[in-house]
Amino acid sequence: MQIFHRSTNTLSRATIFGAVFVIAGLGWALMELQRSPYITYAGVVKPQPVPFSHQHHVTGLGIDCRYCHTSVEQSSFAGIPPTKTCMNCHSQIWTNAQMLEPLRASYRSGESLEWTRVNQLPDFVYFNHSIHIAKGVGCNTCHGPIDQMPLMYQYASLQMEWCLNCHRAPEKYLRPRDGVFNMRYQQPTSAAPVLVAGESYYDQASLGKALMAKYKVRNVADITSCDTCHR
Amino acid sequence: MQEAPANPKREDVCPSKQRELGEVRLQIERAQGPEFWRSLEELAGSPEFQQMLHREFPKGAADWVDEVSRRGFLKLMGASLALAGMSGCTKLPLEPIVPYVRQPEGVVPGRPMFFATAMPLSGYASPLLVESHLGRPTKIEGNDLHPASLGGTDVFAQASILGMYDPDRSQTITKLGDVNSWSSFVQEIKGPLAVQKGLGGAGIRILTQTISSPTLADQLRALLKMYPQAKWHVYEPVNRDNVVEGAKLAFGRPVATQYRLENADVIVSLDADFLYAGFPGNVRYIRDFAKRRNPDGVMSRLYVAECTPSSTGAKSDHRLPLRAVEIEGLARALLVAVTANSPEAGTTAEYAKFVQVVAADLAPHHGSSLIIPGDHQPPSVHALAHAINVALGNVGKTVVYTDPVSANPVNQTESLRELVSDMRGGKVDLLVIMGGNPVYDAPADLGFADALKNSNVGLRIHHGLYQNETAELCHWHVNDTHYLEMWGDARAYDGTVSIIQPLIAPLYAGKSAYELVSALSGVSDATGYDVLRAYWKGQHSGGDFEAWWRKALHDGWIEGSAYAPRTLSAKLGSLPAAPTSEARTLEINFRCDPSIYDGRFSNNGWLQELPKPLTKLTWDNAVLVGPKMAGREGLKTEDVVTLELAGRQITGPVWIQAGHPDYSVTVHLGYGRRKAGRAGTGAGFDASPLRTTGAMWFATGGKLTKTGRTYKLASTQGYQTMDTPNGASRPNVRRATLEEYRHEPKFAQEGTPPPELTLYPGYDYQRQEYAWGMAIDMTACVGCNNCIVACQSENNIAIVGKEQVVRGRHMHWLRVDAYYQGDRDNPKAYFQPVPCMQCENAPCELVCPVGATLHSTEGLNDMVYNRCVGTRYCSNNCPYKVRRFNFLLFQDWETPQYKMMRNPDVTVRSRGVMEKCTYCIQRISEHRVDAERETGGQIADGRLQTACQQSCPADAIVFGNINDPNSRVSKWKAKDRNYGLLAELNTRPRTTHLAEIRNPNPELET
Repeated sequence: MQIFHRSTNTLSRATIFGAVFVIAGLGWALMELQRSPYITYAGVVKPQPVPFSHQHHVTGLGIDCRYCHTSVEQSSFAGIPPTKTCMNCHSQIWTNAQMLEPLRASYRSGESLEWTRVNQLPDFVYFNHSIHIAKGVGCNTCHGPIDQMPLMYQYASLQMEWCLNCHRAPEKYLRPRDGVFNMRYQQPTSAAPVLVAGESYYDQASLGKALMAKYKVRNVADITSCDTCHR
Repeated sequence: MQEAPANPKREDVCPSKQRELGEVRLQIERAQGPEFWRSLEELAGSPEFQQMLHREFPKGAADWVDEVSRRGFLKLMGASLALAGMSGCTKLPLEPIVPYVRQPEGVVPGRPMFFATAMPLSGYASPLLVESHLGRPTKIEGNDLHPASLGGTDVFAQASILGMYDPDRSQTITKLGDVNSWSSFVQEIKGPLAVQKGLGGAGIRILTQTISSPTLADQLRALLKMYPQAKWHVYEPVNRDNVVEGAKLAFGRPVATQYRLENADVIVSLDADFLYAGFPGNVRYIRDFAKRRNPDGVMSRLYVAECTPSSTGAKSDHRLPLRAVEIEGLARALLVAVTANSPEAGTTAEYAKFVQVVAADLAPHHGSSLIIPGDHQPPSVHALAHAINVALGNVGKTVVYTDPVSANPVNQTESLRELVSDMRGGKVDLLVIMGGNPVYDAPADLGFADALKNSNVGLRIHHGLYQNETAELCHWHVNDTHYLEMWGDARAYDGTVSIIQPLIAPLYAGKSAYELVSALSGVSDATGYDVLRAYWKGQHSGGDFEAWWRKALHDGWIEGSAYAPRTLSAKLGSLPAAPTSEARTLEINFRCDPSIYDGRFSNNGWLQELPKPLTKLTWDNAVLVGPKMAGREGLKTEDVVTLELAGRQITGPVWIQAGHPDYSVTVHLGYGRRKAGRAGTGAGFDASPLRTTGAMWFATGGKLTKTGRTYKLASTQGYQTMDTPNGASRPNVRRATLEEYRHEPKFAQEGTPPPELTLYPGYDYQRQEYAWGMAIDMTACVGCNNCIVACQSENNIAIVGKEQVVRGRHMHWLRVDAYYQGDRDNPKAYFQPVPCMQCENAPCELVCPVGATLHSTEGLNDMVYNRCVGTRYCSNNCPYKVRRFNFLLFQDWETPQYKMMRNPDVTVRSRGVMEKCTYCIQRISEHRVDAERETGGQIADGRLQTACQQSCPADAIVFGNINDPNSRVSKWKAKDRNYGLLAELNTRPRTTHLAEIRNPNPELET
């Protein structure tokens, strides 16, 4: 006697075969989710008390990064400007702008502005701005086209694989130190070479190699040791 | 007939059955115990110890706290397996970022700043350098510019950072227990003060702790001028009355004695624990002592006659266990032997040979020997020590007399007695208790609490950091500021004025003593800063005050303020007659606790959980009993006994301490607090009911009776043992006498396998820029425990509580093992600090299934917390047992104060994560980044110091780059004494030890 219909055989085969795809699909979906801006916040604008425009201040007015992010060259933390820095100008211009009221309120009351952190790393990761700048990593290499962001957002995923992309091959990204804060910096091409210490470089490969030697960038094994970032 | 085996195994001798200690003692004598042992159970090879060898943790440590059914377990495991993968996909919550409104000049966010300050303890200042992150003090270091520190600190200073952030500290001013305000307090005292004005202040009494602050003393004297009839009393339970009285006996005035250990070739300690925190000047003394313990140079020799085994006794070349009451006889015999120049003339007592040999050793060291009497020995012993030092010509060379550091060097016990009788006599209308806790710690016969409560003191004001037992009996309580929150000054042991500079504004709007005394003088709005500055402006003569002041603040001390040595003539004829020898009745010793001092640190969890130097007890005190007495009385560790003295009695558990003399027990003060806070309340038993004005430190005629109950003690002794599971001990401690060392300098270097003894290809660390290594000099280490707390503070290490310590789950990354050797009634003892060894062939790395512990190119054994899933395989495979697992959520993630306290450069670990020493990788990274950025070169040797190394008073730990042959660590590692712990396992540890060399007198070696 047959309990199940013959078609059950096919069905069970299809199920077993299909399950592989379903599981793989689920895995793929999870992976995609994990790398999506929903998780990483890449490209997501976060709520801020004042809609500060980097585009306006950097491209429009030509203010250098370090005018506000003062400790970027000496400290792990680039620094968020105190209210006083904003008020240097805004006590003179746009003094009545409604948009800037939280800023003025902060200056009056002495209460800090509470910004939302844009580039956020987990607490077990220790990143140091100053050493990246000293070794010739440009601001926009990681932070993206800041000079074209009316509202600030995180450019890269900031996930470990993204960090390792560079730590495993720093020569692909390095630039001369005088170009670190230059938002318009372009990697060298045969048409537009980059001049370092009197020598012209026509492609990133040769420039990167030269800079690694010049700036004494530690070798890949060293900068991919766990304790470089985790402690 | 069966023949007994010639060399019986310990299992045969000791079958697994409970035995009485008397029997165990027989076993010890019969069986060949290990040469070095850590506990009496190990020496006896008891079954409990055997079991401990087989398991890393005591039985039950890995068990579930709650009962879980098999089905429930499977469900949980299934769910955790499914969720384990998901945990990688956490979405970070939005995080605020809060800049300054006006950023102070000089502040660089992300970089710590360091400020010099000082911690006063019983009047003596410990000079410090405090690390601050954006206005939050996070770590205490020693002030290397200050002559009393030279970079070192002690455990109390290291742990004080936790004291400042203690959420149980008193947070408001209270009146009769209700919240009140400073302004109404100031209003309220106006009336009584006006009344007193008319009486010349006859009803005002001020009770302070020992004060050495020139500013505060000046304020108090000014106050006494306003109220000429008012009185200033001083009392602390751990006071130096004996020192003061001893100096009066010898010189007719209360001079302070300072020692110059760097000049001493032969040192004799008469019950003085001068190498442990609490002894004034201990940090400097340890440094000077350790410097002279260099076996390659001229090595000093230390004789210790002491009662309670101490770390000083452990470091001695010869230790004579003697009841505290017998020390005086020894001192007399020594004086006779030294002055009569005929050692035989000394004594007939059992220590005759000791006296004879010591006197013979002292004689040729005229001017380079030193006698140090203990603070708890009676004045006569101090006078005798002065006499011996004078006779040996040590004055001005190894002993220096100066003015006392205390601004009011009265006999504190008498001072308190006078206050109590005035209170009883109705003479006190306004009592201000500034600091201290006399209700808890005053001598029992004074009945201080009763006098305070039942005599009619009109207005009682308590000023202190905690709402303690004394605050409870006062009308007003004014919350004090912690020393890290206030301006002030204090004198170090040598008299150097050290400036106390705040690191943070008072967390709870407390008022410092300076501000309180100002308010009593009628100036209620003076700030501590104004008072301090005004005083020193008045003191400063000539030159630019502003520049002078800024330098004093920067350095943390005022140059040239150390006391000048005084030349005194000793009146040594007037020594009191020797006390008549008493029958061998039980002697009870009272000692301040090595971890929580007199009880003022009882709510400090770091100190409570700090294993005490020899007993390794945590969270409790105990009745320390010698093995001989325990055998006679049939006592076992953890038996609860009653101690009786003159009709008063206390109850506490027994701890059998090897080396404790017979007919004598020791109890430690500071425990059994009723109102200390969540960590301190209820821990241990209170010993002060037995303590009376007549016998502040020891008394004879005690009685000990067993109650039949037992009490669980949490001692870490015997945990994390490195012996083999079959009980064969390994040569962990390598030691030799100076003679043996000179004869065979390389004695320690045995059993190191050649580097090629492995199948795996080696990694060439030599081509790296850095290869980190550490060397620990066991000859220098005095077991002061400072490194443990420094590590705890630097690396955000959690405390776990007594119950968890019993299960062996304590988290200290660095432990200091104490090993004993020889006779259990007077063993030699050795200290061995054990951090992670950073093995080049690390056994832990091979067994991690998730790659959470891996090797860095510079030879560090990295621990990646965020990868760890908590299998504990690594800990299981670690031969050194230096890995610590977060069995539960030990970190307090909620209390806001603790969030401020933590080092922002170190990950705060959560439940289920393994952790261990990282050689302070955060400091390595910081220094490397700074060096590369600033000079493009290497980190200069000596700039980068680990936390344990920085504040080590003995300078026993050296860390650095072993690829640089000129670095200090390379030079240490090149020494003959250098050996790797368990190096025979071919782990190739990066941390090595320098073997311990002792300098015993052959005359006393039997």
